[in-house]
Formats: sequence, C-alpha cells, structure tokens
Amino acid sequence: MEFLTDNIYYIGAFGLIFIGLFIILVKHNLIKVIIGLGILDTGINLFLIAIGYINNGTAPIFSKPGLEAGNMVDPVPQALVLTSIVIGVAILALALSLAIRLYKHYGSLDLRKIKEQRW
Amino acid sequence: MIIIVSLLVVIMLTAAVSAIFFKDLLNAVIAACMVSLIASVLFYLLQAPDVAMAEASIGAALVAAIFIIAISKTKRHEE
Amino acid sequence: MKKIISLILLFIICLGIIFCLQKIPFGAAKTKVGNYYIDNGREETGAANIVTSVVLNYRGFDTLGEVTILFLAAMGLGTVLATLQKKDKRQIEQASLILKTGCRFLFPLILLFGAYIFFHGHLTPGGGFQGGAIIASAFLLVYLGCRGRKINETGSKLTESIGGLVFLIMGLIGLTLGGHYFLSNFIPKGEINTLFSAGIIPIIYIAIGLKVGSELTGIIDNLMEKS
Repeated sequence: MEFLTDNIYYIGAFGLIFIGLFIILVKHNLIKVIIGLGILDTGINLFLIAIGYINNGTAPIFSKPGLEAGNMVDPVPQALVLTSIVIGVAILALALSLAIRLYKHYGSLDLRKIKEQRW
Repeated sequence: MIIIVSLLVVIMLTAAVSAIFFKDLLNAVIAACMVSLIASVLFYLLQAPDVAMAEASIGAALVAAIFIIAISKTKRHEE
Repeated sequence: MKKIISLILLFIICLGIIFCLQKIPFGAAKTKVGNYYIDNGREETGAANIVTSVVLNYRGFDTLGEVTILFLAAMGLGTVLATLQKKDKRQIEQASLILKTGCRFLFPLILLFGAYIFFHGHLTPGGGFQGGAIIASAFLLVYLGCRGRKINETGSKLTESIGGLVFLIMGLIGLTLGGHYFLSNFIPKGEINTLFSAGIIPIIYIAIGLKVGSELTGIIDNLMEKS
C-alpha cells in the first residue's frame, strides 16, 4: 500500500504506455492505431516530468525580484518535454494524411485487407 | 492531496481504457482528448507550468481538430 | 489469440519495470546539471524563466532541430495531399448571425492573447510554441464559424519563411560577432524582470511564435481544402 501511494505518478504514466502499446498491437483499424500512438506519446511525457520532481519544490521561475534559489524542481526535463510535445503533433498530422491517402486508394481502412492485396 | 491525485489518475486510466472499446471513432477521439486534458492538470501539479500550457493548447485543441477533419474524409464507424 | 499473447508479453514487461522502479525513488534529487542552471542562469542569460533560458540559450541547437522537424512534417503533408482535387464551390450554407458575429468579435482578441504569451516568454510561463498554437486555434475558429472565408495562402507562407530565416540569421550573426559560437548571446542583457532584457531570447521567441502559428494554420488549411 505504501508502494501505491508513493509512486502514483509512475503508475499513471506506465498505465498509459501499456494501454497505448496494447492498442497498437491488437487493433486493426488504422485510425484507432494512430489514436494509440497519441496516447503512448502522452504517457512517455508524463513519465519524464515525474522523474524531475523534487519533494517540496516549486516551479523554476524567478517571478518576484526577491525570490531566492531555494529548492526548485529540475528544469532540464521540462525543456525536453516541451520539444517532445510539438514533435508528437507533427507526427500525428503526417500519419493522418497518409491514412487519408490510403483510404482513397484502397477503399477501406482495415489493415488485414490492405495487407492481403498485392498491387 | 493524495486523494485528489489518485482520483485524477483513476479517471485518466478509465478514459484511456474506454478508448479501446468504442466502436464509433468520434467517441474514441474524445476519450483520447480527455486523457490529454487530465495529463495537463497533472503536469501543473508536478510544478511544470510551461509544459501544462503546451499540452493543453496543443494536445487538447489542435490534435482533436486534426483527427475530426481526417475522420470526416474517411469512414466514421470501425468496420 | 493475438490479444492473449500481447497481454502476456505486456505483463512480463510490467514485472520487469516494477523491479527497476525500486532504483528510481520518487522525489529525490537525481542529477546535478539542473543545480548549475538554477544557480547561474540569472547572471549568464538575464532571463527570469529558467526553462526558457535552457531551451533557447544553453540548448538552442536542439530547438533549431525541432523547428526543422515541424517544417518537414508540414511540407510532407502538403506533398502527400497535393494530387487530390480542391473542393469545388458548392453551395455552403451560412452559419447563423450570432455565430458569425461572435467569431468575428473573438478573432482579434485571441490573436492578441497569443501575441502576449510569446512576447513575455522570458518573464512568465509561456513562450513561442504555446503562443503559436493559440494563434492557430484563432484561425481554426474563423474556419469553423464564418464558413466560406479563406486564409491568404501567400501571406502565411511568407510569415513562416521569414520566421525561420530570422532564427538562422541571429545564430550566424552570433558566430561572427559576439562570443564566436553559434547562437551566442551578443546583445547586452538589461536588468532582470523587465521586458527588454535577456539578449536575443525575446527576438528568437517572436520568430518561433510566428513560424509555428502559420505552420499549424497551413496544416489545417491543407486538410480542410482538399476533398
């Protein structure tokens, strides 16, 4: 029980990663697979930010002129996740454009039917 | 405090699991959008306001819009 | 059959991860690089927001790579959808009067809010990417509310190119003048917590904000116009 209440953020992040992986492995509609890719992305970003947290820390911004560097959380993972979120949306946009093109060419979005056809 | 965080994590995992079982693709997109929104609140509780703002504006608004436009050009129901 | 095998695989991976999580305690200080950035970030860069100074000053080259990836994705989307036909001028039914007036009233306010966020990126939480996404959602509102109005394509392409060029030119000027390395901070830093401080950081964030905003608008425009 102590394990559950201490690491609740890790459990949430890994739950999202597993659900995203399950959707990509099992489902056979192309748009569902792309939704699973988006959920996997969100889970990984949550895990990265949860690593950089320090107990009783505050946000790394010197908003008032008299604030001193007490204990602040780690600013490096936040900079990396900012980049990662924008790259995630770029990947989703490109994947959806390929899905639209596939539908116009083959007539269905079912992965089993697309794999069977040999041009 | 722990109770609020646990409740949010449980709601987020429920929304992600229900995105597996929906047959109507529009409902699955809205469930994924809800996962992104609750993740934005969790980012704020982990003392990262920059990342929370980015995830809320990009993940909850623009990704949903792109998905809905793509669904309207292909099929709406899963097989 | 596929479901059962994948569930067993994921369960094995889950056991391995629980074993490894014992070594990463939650809430303890783990790295030492962050402490250096927090202690010396204010004097070396002049920005009050440490995350901004890490993104643009200490790791500015990674931001250049990310801007390149976003540009490639937008270009790829335009290429893949290029051979579909444009939507013909069907009879589009107009929205009601309240919706049209409300959208036209809200559009400059949302643009102003987005510009405020990327102007003050070095003082408060915010920055170029968040402000650019808000500007793109303002244009999405115009698409959905006032149907039949188009975005000026030449204007948005011009803004995107100029934003990217400003980023590169500031980096190359830092190579010749200033500290003789790419993207060095050569403009004098003012005092902290004022608007005109922190060297080249506000200028680059304005360029990134305009570039990301017009890029995401171009993506939505491409997706909506082709049938």
